[in-house]
Amino acid sequence: MSWHRKHLLDIESLTVEEIVTVLDTARAFKAVGERAIKKVPALRGKTVINLFVEPSTRTRISFELSEQRLSADIINFTAEASSLKKGETLRDTARNLEALNADFIVIRHSASGAPHFLARVINASVINAGDGAHEHPTQALLDVFTIREKKGKIEGLNVTILGDILYSRVARSNIWALTKLGAKVTLCGPSTLVPRVFEQMGCRVTYDVEDAIREADIINLLRIQHERQRQTMFPSLGEYATLFGLNKERLKRTKPEALIMHPGPINRGVEIDSEIADCERSLILEQVTNGLAVRMAVLFLVNGGKGPQELVT
Amino acid sequence: MTDSAPILNAPAIQRALTRIAHEIAERNEISSEVVLIGIQRPGVHLARRLGVLLSGIWSHPVATGSLDVSMHRDDLDQRAAPNVQPTEIPVDVTSKTVVLVDDVLFSGRTIRAAMDALNDFGRPKRIQLAVLVDRGHRELPIKADFVGKNVPTAMNEVVAVRLTEMGGLDEVVVERR
Repeated sequence: MSWHRKHLLDIESLTVEEIVTVLDTARAFKAVGERAIKKVPALRGKTVINLFVEPSTRTRISFELSEQRLSADIINFTAEASSLKKGETLRDTARNLEALNADFIVIRHSASGAPHFLARVINASVINAGDGAHEHPTQALLDVFTIREKKGKIEGLNVTILGDILYSRVARSNIWALTKLGAKVTLCGPSTLVPRVFEQMGCRVTYDVEDAIREADIINLLRIQHERQRQTMFPSLGEYATLFGLNKERLKRTKPEALIMHPGPINRGVEIDSEIADCERSLILEQVTNGLAVRMAVLFLVNGGKGPQELVT
Repeated sequence: MTDSAPILNAPAIQRALTRIAHEIAERNEISSEVVLIGIQRPGVHLARRLGVLLSGIWSHPVATGSLDVSMHRDDLDQRAAPNVQPTEIPVDVTSKTVVLVDDVLFSGRTIRAAMDALNDFGRPKRIQLAVLVDRGHRELPIKADFVGKNVPTAMNEVVAVRLTEMGGLDEVVVERR
């Protein structure tokens, strides 16, 4: 057992043992979600503030339900309805929230490093729910949890991440988690969205989609993030679908046991064909279920990470 | 410097479990209603052993499960998060007699957490408690129904239960730290 952290800010700084601890703990929490009574009192009396400065639906809902299943009290705070719109700084917002005696702050922010900044200026535990194009640690943890559950291991697997890598925090967190756990990661997409510099993170970069998927055990598709692109990085979504979209023809040329993942929301007909999204090799909905278990595990571990170390009697 | 004194050796553990099994059988006339649930981790192994002994006495299989109480502990924010093990309750415990099985009864807080955790799985008709060692120092009004051995201890002592299922020999020792 090795978890002594008060925050979860990124995957980059986690050790292999810490990642495995989250995955093992999440397995127990997944079982909780399958019971008639899906709630445990682990965070009873604790207050969690979901500070979503950047809009999010699925991650916020997943965190909210995880917190409720741990019996925490929850406040949701979104940018549209907040004083951030009135010119308050992030630091002041956070300190105000802390004055409410919050124990945990789950933050989603468009600026990379915002969670790290918060962790320095407040006493509450901070959990990164996605910061700019930097990291989305709980998404990567749920992705590796899902892969480990399906394949029984991570080490030695060929994992291809296909799509918009440049603007993707999901890609960065996944690359860190997968390479630490010993997977071989291949990145593919339009050259403008998959710069060679990612090779320094220990990945293989290719612009040939057939080459990228042929030997893959896992194909993780990423959405083209229109909202993050400041300029046009490729001609059209139609051309993207033709050149890089996963369709039936391409799926035939993958290994029969290769599984399809996508962090959502999916754009049917762009990065993934409708039939493939719904086929039995797709893990998309299992990822959603596992997201709850992983987020419960993270909150549970981070809660203990604040206390002094003590022997279990 | 740690010095340790043996409390139970392998045959003594076996004798204690056999006696507990007979006491459980004596106390519970309707054998089909009894479910043994071991508390992670050593309690799970003890529950399995008691299950084997009891199915011999009753001549039918006895349902045996495991319970992890980590999520129900009352000290979660005062220590590093515990290592969570699987909880497997094989039958509906509603209207059953659940015998909780643990290795050492100490403060009683683990048993309180176990009773809370069990509530999420149904409403047992009654809950009984079997422990291999009762070392005293209760912090809650909880007492065991079946005890392998009562061992008076000091607060700075640790009762270590080692079982073959966890690697090594069957033995119970008291260590002073």
